[in-house]
Amino acid sequence: MRFKLPDFKSLCFGFCMKLLMEKIMISVKKLRRTFGPIVAVDDISFDVDKGQVLGFLGPNGAGKSTAMKMLACFLVPDSGTATVNGHDIITAPIAVRQSIGYLAENAPLYNEMTVASFLNFVCDARNIRGKDRKQALDKIVPSCSIESVYHQTIDTLSKGYRRRVGLAQALIHDPDVLILDEPTDGLDPNQKYEVRQLISNMAKEKCILISTHILEEVEAICDRTIIIAKGNILVDSTPSDLKQKYHGSLEEVFRGITKKTA
Amino acid sequence: MNGFKAVFKRELKGYFATPVAYVFLVIFLFFAGYLTFKNGFFELRQADMRSFFVNLPLLFVFMVPSTAMRLWAEERKTGSIELLLTLPITVNQAVLGKFFAAWCFLAIALLLTIPVPITVCYLGNPDMGLIIAGYIGSLFMAGAFLAIGSFFSALSKNQVISFILAVVASAILVYAGMPTTMNYLSSIMPAGLVSAIGTMSLQIHFESILRGAIQLSDVAYFLILIVGWISACSIILDERKAN
Repeated sequence: MRFKLPDFKSLCFGFCMKLLMEKIMISVKKLRRTFGPIVAVDDISFDVDKGQVLGFLGPNGAGKSTAMKMLACFLVPDSGTATVNGHDIITAPIAVRQSIGYLAENAPLYNEMTVASFLNFVCDARNIRGKDRKQALDKIVPSCSIESVYHQTIDTLSKGYRRRVGLAQALIHDPDVLILDEPTDGLDPNQKYEVRQLISNMAKEKCILISTHILEEVEAICDRTIIIAKGNILVDSTPSDLKQKYHGSLEEVFRGITKKTA
Repeated sequence: MNGFKAVFKRELKGYFATPVAYVFLVIFLFFAGYLTFKNGFFELRQADMRSFFVNLPLLFVFMVPSTAMRLWAEERKTGSIELLLTLPITVNQAVLGKFFAAWCFLAIALLLTIPVPITVCYLGNPDMGLIIAGYIGSLFMAGAFLAIGSFFSALSKNQVISFILAVVASAILVYAGMPTTMNYLSSIMPAGLVSAIGTMSLQIHFESILRGAIQLSDVAYFLILIVGWISACSIILDERKAN
């Protein structure tokens, strides 16, 4: 016999454990943040696995953006913590930022720069150099369809193109975790469709967190949804389960659930 | 270090990608030259650059805050600060990157006044040590005003407000050491207090460097000013970035 059974067993066990450990990409523990008297995010906890697209759903001012800003290490939580890709957001914010791609609300960019120089700046900041940079740019520019505006000043771009440049910026280092704050807000239906295609195509090998208040989007791309209102998680389920449970369209579910807290 | 380099490079390039740099350079160079010759450069019949350097504090009080005001106010207003500080860049790296890029830009502006020393050299035999000391002093002064300006830029989202506050703070530092202020203060305050105010003024230390002796106390004064205001800028930015 070439190899013994127990060895094989422990190997399997170790492998499974490793898979399990690797699977959880975002783990949020009792995250809380206040702005003066307003509690924006109130002790929320959840985990997101690899290959999952989690839709963060809620009315305006529910605390979606605040939670995402904390995960992207832009805001410091008042209490609680989270780990992203194994790095703690409080003790290792730079490592967290290195391993995520983040698209902020309204996709802020440097308007006076051209798309090319802007993406090169992001490469500089992320330490992507030489051959790697060329490869990364060659890959990301066509996949976000921004070739035609590559040498244009960002100031002159339409909203759709700006959003795509923002996405390119978030994806350029091929991160394992993507945090996108309303990535399709303000886009026309075609552009929305394109962005969703882009996200769906990446979904398998990444862990994606999307915030939105557009319900069709959740149905289209998310395989799990968390409904949040006034800083609290109200529902943590899948879009299809929700519809089944509440016997209606997702819109009715959303209104029904968030109204109770209003 | 990558963060610092990336911010520094982007900022310095940014000056020349917009008309900001050119407008600034033209106005700065015009006034630097105009004030030098207006104040009797030729009448003095001395081949030195004193009449050039003595005007610089007042010129810098207005010109430096105008470059510093956009550093953080603009970033916060457009929201791009959220982009910048979610890249793997720390607040300190970003603050230093912006500060040194702006300082470099001001050094370029000072370098472009080279026709003045050339004129002086052509007309006579100036003491080069004095001229070099003058330039070093000017660079330190620019750095100090810049640090003040970046602090006030981080304080307010509104560029006009940060400009005015920076001008006032810089002007106080300069005017506290002007002979007119000192004379007035000595009529109402004890001599010890007046000289204490004097030594806290930027004017006194700049004048001292202009005399050609670069003393540790003068250099330390400028460095403390720069380090202090820059650290304050970092702290306030960390506090207010999200508001």
